[in-house]
Amino acid sequence: MSLSPSPETKLTAERIGMVFKRDGNSTNVLRDINLTVGRGEFLCVLGPSGCGKSTLLNTMAGFLSPTSGEIRIDGEAVRGPDPRRIFVFQERGVFPWLTVEGNIGFGLFKLSRAEREQRIAHYVQLVGLEGFQKAYPAELSGGMKQRLEVARALAVNPDMLFLDEPFGALDSITRLTMRRELLRIWEAEKNTIIFVTHDIDEAVQLADRVAVMSDRPATIQQIVEIDIAHPRDIGSARYLELRHGIFDQLGLAHKV
Amino acid sequence: MNSLVEPRKWEKFFWPVLACVLFLALWHYLVIWSATKVFPSPLAVEKGIAELARKSLLWRYIGDSLRRVALGYGAAVVLGIPVGLTLGWYPAANQVVNPVFQMLRPISPIAWIPVSIILFGVGDTTAVFLIFLCAFFPIVVACVDGVSGVPAMYRQAGRNFGLSPVQLLSKVVFPAALPQIIIGLRIALGIAWLVVVAAEMIAVDSGLGYLVIDARNSGKRYDLVVAAMLMIGIIGLALDLLFRRLRNIRSVRWGFRHGT
Repeated sequence: MSLSPSPETKLTAERIGMVFKRDGNSTNVLRDINLTVGRGEFLCVLGPSGCGKSTLLNTMAGFLSPTSGEIRIDGEAVRGPDPRRIFVFQERGVFPWLTVEGNIGFGLFKLSRAEREQRIAHYVQLVGLEGFQKAYPAELSGGMKQRLEVARALAVNPDMLFLDEPFGALDSITRLTMRRELLRIWEAEKNTIIFVTHDIDEAVQLADRVAVMSDRPATIQQIVEIDIAHPRDIGSARYLELRHGIFDQLGLAHKV
Repeated sequence: MNSLVEPRKWEKFFWPVLACVLFLALWHYLVIWSATKVFPSPLAVEKGIAELARKSLLWRYIGDSLRRVALGYGAAVVLGIPVGLTLGWYPAANQVVNPVFQMLRPISPIAWIPVSIILFGVGDTTAVFLIFLCAFFPIVVACVDGVSGVPAMYRQAGRNFGLSPVQLLSKVVFPAALPQIIIGLRIALGIAWLVVVAAEMIAVDSGLGYLVIDARNSGKRYDLVVAAMLMIGIIGLALDLLFRRLRNIRSVRWGFRHGT
């Protein structure tokens, strides 16, 4: 791997290892993770619960430093969180003491008032929260809160988004709508997205590539390219083939 | 009444008023049935209150008690919130101070009276100091708990958007801890109102607490004793009701989902 990455490379992870020490025991969470993410790519990190995929995402976002190895974004080593790359939690990450407008404008404190208001209006519309500008998160549904958090992240114009099982707490119908919304926004905004999920269908529906992770200590087992154009037909032969492939990769049976 | 049904508007007033009327009636008849010579009936108390009002003692005493609470509690709020936020923000500092705090906290403010008289003499300052002491610790503890209970997610989000530590404290940690802080402030005000009465019984010669002890000592005027008690109760209730309104502020209401 060359030190000056090609302009198409957004993020590189080199030999990432993570060991957590607690009460004298050390747990090997990540082992020798190597990954390259392209600019504007939608990458899903897929793995069983507790495998360490969230830990990997947290190291990429700069909230945790890996025990070994290095993560570089745009050729620069990651030293901490940065407003150019926003982490999106499950919908509980919105600030309950701020209105919809207040949440979306949260990261825009450096802008002038007029600019801020214009930016807020734009993202309120983009995520379909018109009419709820003055509402507080407690008055919104789970799906609306999740859209609000995405809007708060997008409002600062990040070139990267890290999403940590963002739709995990939503019901299955809302989850499908949210996936479509996210793809629509991604196509409009062209950010690089790293999306952590344990849902195989979600990964195959959304991603350009799926990084399948093993159990702890997590390594990347395989990277699956999803070569289906959007909008994807989830009944198509290719979709089912890719989905089955990942099932096998994870060592799961096809019958319940 | 079904607890799932929102009470109707008239019911919100009707039931408490009915309970008060029943309480007064019970009191009235208990005095008659027991044929007590000491305990006053509600009517005697009402006359006592009217007498106090005529001598213009009532408003003066209420004013004095409220002023002492305002000073002592006000100082506790002004000092306690920054101290509590700081200790919550720096867990290491809290670990140093916490044992001392936890030891001082269970000491009843009444136990401080002799010390406080040595320090400030007999007078207003002593009463104000006692109120300050009793309100300060609950406020600090509520702030520490509030700040340390702020979900890590909120802090991470704040840092992610590039906030400086000061901005993180003012824009994320403080608003996130505010409902908890308000609970602490309310508890502290309740305690302050309890302590002002005790302090006035010993340290000063005005106020509702003084009225209780003075009415008993000078002529066993139990009608005035009970009148003072009743005023203490009513004002305490009014202060608490006022405080509860704070929870309706929209930016803190999220923290009181199961409000009463």
